[in-house]
Order: sequence, then C-alpha cells, then structure tokens
Amino acid sequence: MKYMRKDLLGLRELTFEEIDYILSTAELMKYILLQDVKKTPHLNGKSIVSIFYENSTRTKLSFDLAAKYLSATSCSISVSSSSVNKGETLIDTGKTVDAMAADVVIIRHPFSGAPHIMAKNVEASVINAGDGVNEHPTQALLDMFTIKEEKGTLNGIKVAVVGDILHSRVARSNIWGLTKMGAQVRVAAPATFLPPDIEDMGVSVYYDTDSAIKDVDVVMGLRIQRERQKEGFIGSAYEYYRYYGINQDRLKLCKKDALVMHPGPVNRAVEIDSKVLSSENSMVDQQVTNGVAVRMALLYLLTRKGSRKDVIN
Amino acid sequence: MLLIKNGCIVTDEGVFKRDILVEGQRIKMIADKIDDQECEIIDASGKMVLPGFVDMHCHLRDPGYEYKEDIYTGTRSAAKGGFTIVACMPNTDPVIDSKAMIEYIKAKSRTDGVIDVLPIGAITRRLEGKRLTDMGELKEHGAVAVSDDGFSVSNSMIMQNALLYAKTFGLPVISHCEDTQLTSEGLINLGRDSTFFGMMGISKAAEEIMVARDVILAENTGASVHIAHVSTEGSVDIIRRAKQRGVHVTCETAPHYFSLDSSYARDFNTDAKVNPPLREKSDIDAIKKGLREGVIDVIATDHAPHSEDEKNIEFQLAKPGMVGFETAVPVALTELLHKNMLDWTDILNKFYCNPCKILNLKCDGISTQAVADIIIIDPEYRYEIKTEEFVSKSKNSPYQGYKAKGRILYTINKGRIIVRDGELDREVI
Repeated sequence: MKYMRKDLLGLRELTFEEIDYILSTAELMKYILLQDVKKTPHLNGKSIVSIFYENSTRTKLSFDLAAKYLSATSCSISVSSSSVNKGETLIDTGKTVDAMAADVVIIRHPFSGAPHIMAKNVEASVINAGDGVNEHPTQALLDMFTIKEEKGTLNGIKVAVVGDILHSRVARSNIWGLTKMGAQVRVAAPATFLPPDIEDMGVSVYYDTDSAIKDVDVVMGLRIQRERQKEGFIGSAYEYYRYYGINQDRLKLCKKDALVMHPGPVNRAVEIDSKVLSSENSMVDQQVTNGVAVRMALLYLLTRKGSRKDVIN
Repeated sequence: MLLIKNGCIVTDEGVFKRDILVEGQRIKMIADKIDDQECEIIDASGKMVLPGFVDMHCHLRDPGYEYKEDIYTGTRSAAKGGFTIVACMPNTDPVIDSKAMIEYIKAKSRTDGVIDVLPIGAITRRLEGKRLTDMGELKEHGAVAVSDDGFSVSNSMIMQNALLYAKTFGLPVISHCEDTQLTSEGLINLGRDSTFFGMMGISKAAEEIMVARDVILAENTGASVHIAHVSTEGSVDIIRRAKQRGVHVTCETAPHYFSLDSSYARDFNTDAKVNPPLREKSDIDAIKKGLREGVIDVIATDHAPHSEDEKNIEFQLAKPGMVGFETAVPVALTELLHKNMLDWTDILNKFYCNPCKILNLKCDGISTQAVADIIIIDPEYRYEIKTEEFVSKSKNSPYQGYKAKGRILYTINKGRIIVRDGELDREVI
C-alpha cells in the first residue's frame, strides 16, 4: 500500500490502513534512530520548512531532527521574525514558501483549520503540527506507536484520557486514531472540560477518574493550562490534582503493566505525580524518542514520490 | 404603460388570476381581462404575481466597505432577488447614527439605486452600546428603525431605555441577541459538529438569554421589540410564549436558518460562518414550525457580503455572514412552499406584509392606485445556484450548487422593469 495523500492534516480523515502504514514505516525509522550514525539519504535533495505560529520546543525540535537525520534541507520560520508581523496572510506565507520549492511545510497554528487552508493553497505537502483545538496528528501517531511498541497491538487496548478534553487537540487526534485502530477509549474530566456529544466519537465518558482508569492498559494525562483556572473551568490546580491527577494510588487501579503517557510538558503534581512520572510505567521519554521516528516516517512518506508535482491528493 | 397578463396575483385573501395595467409609477387597473393596449405586454401565464418584497435586514456596506458591496451593486442584487424595498443596517463606516448619515444613504440611493433603500439608524452612537442616538432626529430624516446589529446592546439598562426612547418616536428596535461572554471564542454552533470539527462552540443559550432579556424588557416597559435573525428552537419557544402573553414582540429569521445546519462548516468552510451560527436539524425544524405558526413574522435576508480576502483565510479570522439577496426567495420557495410548510399567502406575509407592518410602511399590495412595485415569480423553474452569477459584488455563499425550485422572473420598481426574464434589464446594468 502507498500513502497517497498530499498532506497530513488530521487523523479524522485517515483510514485504518493509512495509520497502520505510517506506524509500520515508523518502526523502520526507529531502527535508524537507534544507530550510532543516524544519517540516511531518504530525504536527500528534499526541503522541509517549519512555520510555527505558536511556541513549541519538543515538536519543533522533533521535526527538525527528523528532517536532518534523513538528510533533508530544513529551515524554520518563527513568526516573531517573519513577514507575518508585517501583515502577511497565512496563504501568502504559504505561497512564498511554495515558490521556493519546499517539498513539505510543517505548520503549527493557534487557529483550528489553518493547516487545511494552507494545504488548499500550496503545492507542497502540509503537515499539521497542531492547529487550535482541532488536531495534533503527529502527537497521536507517536502515542499510538508507543502503545503498539509496548503492547504489541492497539486492537482491544483500553486507554483512559484524563484532563482538558475540550481544549486538547492531542485528545481529539488520539480519539480519532485510537478508536479507528480498535482501541477502547475512555475520557475522564470535569464537565467543564468535556465537549458536547463526545460520546459520538466512540468514547466512554467519566467524571470520575477512578472508574475511568480501572483496568486500563494506558492512562494518558493532558496538560492543563494554568489560565483555565482564571477562566472558571476548574476551581484550583489543587482540587484538579485531587480528583484527576494520576498518583500512585490511582495507578494501582490500572492494569499492573499500564503505561502512563503525557504529551508534555508535564505540570508535576497537577496532572501526574512525580513518582509516577519516574516509575517504570512512565512512557514520557519513549514518547519523545518515538516522536522523531514517526515524524521521520511521515516526511519520508510524503516526499518519496519523486518530484513534488507528482504527489497525488 | 405595461400590461401583465394572465398572472396569478397573490393577496392576503388568496390567489386570483387577473390582468394588471401599469401606467407611470402606479397600477392603473386590475381586471379579469384587460384588452391589449399599446404598451409592453408581459405574459405571466402560470406565474405568480406579488408586490415587490421588503427585506428589513441587509448590509449594503456603503459607506466604508464599498469593496464588498455598495448601493449600486447592492440594490441590483436585491432587485434580482425580488426585493423592491430594502432596509440597510447601520454598521457601516461611519456608522449610520446621525442625520447626516441618514441623508447620505437616501441621496446615494436616489442616484445609484434601482430600488428603494430605507436606512436603519443605530441604537447607540458608534454601536458602542453606551449612549443612545438622537432617535427622534433619525426618524425625522427617514430612519425606519434602529438597531446595533452586529453587536448586542449588552447593558440591560441601556437596552431598556432604548426600547422606551424609541417608543417615544414610534421607531421599531431591532435587537441582535448575543451574550458575547458566552459566545467567547466560539466559531460554530456548540454541539456534535463543533466537537467533531475541532472548533470551539457557540451555545444556543448565548442567543436565547438575550432573547429572553429583551422580551422581559419589552413586557415590563410596554415597548415593542423586534428580534433579528432567530436561529434556535429555544428562541422560538421564548417568543411564542411571549406572544401568547401579549408582549409586543416580533421576529425574523433568515433562509440559512431553515435550510442549512452546522455541518456546512465542515472542512473549515468559511462561507458557512455566520452570526448567529448555523444550528442543528432540530432548530431548522423549529424555525420552519415557527414560520408556519406565525411565531416568526418575517423572512429577512441578512445579506452580509464579504470580499474573498475576508473569507479565504483561517476560519477564526474570517468575517461572519453570507450574501443573501439572490438566494433568499428561491431557498424559501424550495424549502417552505414546495414542501408545503407555507402557502403563497404566507410567503406574501413573510416577505412583504409583516415587514411593512413592523417598519410602518404602506402595505397596499397589488391593488389599484398602489405604487407599481411588482415581482413575477416562476414557481416551477428548477436550477442550480451558481455564486459566480451573483450580481452582488461578493460571492460568499454556501449555496453554491444548491438545487432551487422557483425564481424571480421580473422585478418592477415603480413601474420600471429592473429584472427581465431573470436577468437585470440592460438599462440598469
């Protein structure tokens, strides 16, 4: 099977086969990543441009290293030093990059749908590195890769996602992806953090974390933005931790070999207890490593059809 | 002179087959059969003849935003849609909040327009929601209503005073109902689609709370209020109950609220971004029911043109609104008349009689000595809406490809043919 799409905008539109193919390709990339000399010619002669309209450390670095390990020419634009501050539109920025013969444009944007409008207007492949509250597909793919690596499969795996589902693009992408791959997903959050009709995405909803994480194979914490407290979504970080924090007692409710995951950066003692974070259940470091492998796979798949003009949407 | 033969005239008492003779700006004679005179004859066999429709809620974008629309293109677009009178909202730049601006609209309409344009003045100066406008003076110079449309008057005391002050001068108050703290960062209706499409939602409560407030204010003060662009089942319920209690409340909806749901915003389609947002199937059903029962008095276009540059951008940044003049009647006929939700008399009431009553306009319909504002509709004509064919300067419409049944064949304003065989007459282009 070939990965035939021009862009990676979200997991909502991907099929089981496409996700499976990306994850399989990432296995090969992980092998490369573990070598002493991790440099291959897969992207030789290809150019990758990252445009980050929002701050990011790990995602940006992860994409950058992925491109460099595969010998691509990679550049990044940070919004503070770009023409965006001179009033340039997103489409114009995209077209400018396109005109410089970029093969892939990686975009992170605070507005949902920004990568989609970019994709419609440029010839280069567009990868969504997080858009508003919509999707963060590469994060979900690396999460799924990590689970599959540890558990051997995604089918039938029980996953609890705990935290601010409403504002979380990571949660949305994981729900789309995991349910497609046959996992059983539960979400746990105070009602202020749950979007309406979330059950229709194929998940079970819990207000009570203990019930949600009982016997799960994976528990995934989400980052809580501190301003949510001021906005009136939660009472306090202290209370949030009490009812939704992943601590050692709660971890005992999960399966013994349950994985603890988090997209990072973690608010310690808000989302996850430090001891849990440093326990052998914690996958946080592996997630970061696997993020590079997954992004290497995506860059490879999106650029491997020779000329960028040959890419079929 | 103009002779319209064999048309079915729609009145509030039913539909009658008659001939109509127009002389100058007025209807001279209506009879079972009028012998052919030496004049232009329109054969309206099998067609419906109605008074020119009145749109009580549109944005002509003139002055200040003429790149989206102006009075020249806006009135032609309206005429193509079957309207001979349009009332334009004051959220222009400068805002229509003074006699000078009212005079500007009137003067520009006389020189550039092909139909009648009636200005709506602002409730508060510069639409800031703080200080009332000189409503008496606005009325004196020709404002037919006041509204801060685009913004809610969030201060309840100001709104109460606005209702009372406008009542003093007999000016209708048109209220844009939106609790902006609840709409917050929302982009589309809060519901399954906002969850699925990954956009923050706008709750129905954001509209309904303000509808309830305004109804309560109208009831307590004895003033009247007209609720703009009703979009939810809850709003219809609130207004229904208020009317039963005798509150002086009227309301309108727009065609997109009884024909499109929030799924049209799929793939971040900014043409489907409107304020209030497109709602759910249950709301569409409630709006239709409200129209049928008479709870909703008026169908207005809420014609809101925007340039391509303001729409072909991120959904969050895109301006809300869609063009509506040229789709309103075909959509209403397709969704309501042909699906037996409304009959021809209802259509007449929603597009003509009720807006006339609310805006205190003469409502002579098709009658002898009435001003010859006449439209002729081919109710059976089937076609696909193509936005590139719009006369409006802007093309922002999610109705591209919509299969319509029924179109405006002729629009006659004061005896002058503006639209002929579905297209603008050569003389007015």
